[in-house]
Amino acid sequence: MTDISYPQFLDLAAGVLLLTAIGVLWRHQLAPMIRLLGLQGVALAAIVAILGIHEHKLELILVAIGLGVLRAGVLPWLTWRALGDSPAETRETRPVVNVSASLLAAAALTFLAYVVTRPLVALAPSPATSVLPVAVAVVLIGFFALVTRRRAVAQVVGFLLLDNGITATAFLAAAGVPLIVELGVSFDLLLVVLVLQVLTTRMRAVFGSSDLDELRGLHD
Amino acid sequence: MNGPALAAIAAQLVVTVAGAPLLVGLMRQVRARLEGRAGAGVGQPWRDLRKLLRRPPVTPRGTGWAFRLAPLLLVGSALVLAAIAPLVTVASPLDALADLFAVVGLLALGTVTLALAALDTGTAFGGMGASREITVLALVEPTILVAGFALSARVGSTNLAAIVTATLHDPLRVASPASLLAAAALLIVVIAETGRLPVDNPDTHLELTMIHEAMILEYAGSDLALVELAAAMRLTIMLGLLASLFVPWGIAGASLVALPLAVVIFVAKVAALGAGLGAVEVFVAKLRLFRVPELLAGSFVLALLAVASSFFLA
Repeated sequence: MTDISYPQFLDLAAGVLLLTAIGVLWRHQLAPMIRLLGLQGVALAAIVAILGIHEHKLELILVAIGLGVLRAGVLPWLTWRALGDSPAETRETRPVVNVSASLLAAAALTFLAYVVTRPLVALAPSPATSVLPVAVAVVLIGFFALVTRRRAVAQVVGFLLLDNGITATAFLAAAGVPLIVELGVSFDLLLVVLVLQVLTTRMRAVFGSSDLDELRGLHD
Repeated sequence: MNGPALAAIAAQLVVTVAGAPLLVGLMRQVRARLEGRAGAGVGQPWRDLRKLLRRPPVTPRGTGWAFRLAPLLLVGSALVLAAIAPLVTVASPLDALADLFAVVGLLALGTVTLALAALDTGTAFGGMGASREITVLALVEPTILVAGFALSARVGSTNLAAIVTATLHDPLRVASPASLLAAAALLIVVIAETGRLPVDNPDTHLELTMIHEAMILEYAGSDLALVELAAAMRLTIMLGLLASLFVPWGIAGASLVALPLAVVIFVAKVAALGAGLGAVEVFVAKLRLFRVPELLAGSFVLALLAVASSFFLA
């Protein structure tokens, strides 16, 4: 990869990362949300791979392959399995904040991310740090999706967006964390999604719905 | 004004006027084939226009100048757009006029005249259609402008020809996030502005959800032909602008030699875009009217992010 095209590819992958995060807020259907999550996993793996190829680090490329398998394959597949069969269960019908407002909020969060990360970027201006605002924006948008969606699966998707953003921030700001930490985080994430999947299935079996607002009172 | 420039402007006008109904016919034909119908053929819109043009216009009782002037203004603004927009060449002398604001203004002028004409008829459908069209217009225009700013920020000019030329000199710019986001935003906006699915269904009459068809319900004869032609031309021009801004290769410069080839490439690009849109339309249903602002808010956010990334990532 030549040095001229390296920032272009990095910008492109970061653009896909942000676009998929916005897309998750845009859609009502849960199935396209999960597909977008898979696409975001590919973009995240691409960012790490591009960094690895640019810095000639085999380790980063291997991490990218692992990330790709986990974020674009395993996690969306697990979330997919938590998706119910009934039509009422596969839609985010009435989010706490409506879709138009959440899209505008996402735009505002993106600008916030740009403002907040400006000092960080100024510390060491490089193509990798210049896309740092995008990663922080994905963190904020993921958090927003996590708190404003009612369906359990939509919240899992929001949580995974948040974590994709955190991983992207780590790789862009510091060219990655030690491999053992990355492995630990990935296993944690896998376990969390597995637990949430079991929880969603149980909720649906007990209440007939995965709307988390139904969980109001305590039972023996 | 010299020979090559005049030839370029003439080529743009002829291609847009002659090709616009053919593009509509192509889109309908693609749709018909994918739905398993034989289809009426690519030339059907031209046959319809010929039939309508031979008939005298009928104006409803009580309508005034707004109703009578609208078809002429609509076609006029579309013709001006076809002449100044950088569709086939970037070296035409009228390119200085092809400013982003001028193009958006001309588009809005056409829409507003048609909405006024629809109000002038005083019918329920006309008023409904006009109010919906203006709602869509109010959401569409800012998006076009903001997406345009994203493209013009790096060039330092809001002139469309300058933007196209800059993209020609630096092809990698098309793959930048700013450009991709702006392309997505503009595509949605073009679909909304030209009244295609999922915002408006161009194939139905007398349906409560129609937008464009509700406004032109009272037109007949040659007036209807003009309105239909102008709508087709606007579609062609907007798809052509989309192609020129994001896939500018093959557009002609100052020389006359490259002009025929540029015309062929332009026709191919717009036909490919139109056929793609027609194919996608088979698979999408019309959105509820109250969901349309959601779609357009999404495209506005994309445009806003395009501007942001063109400033911050540069």
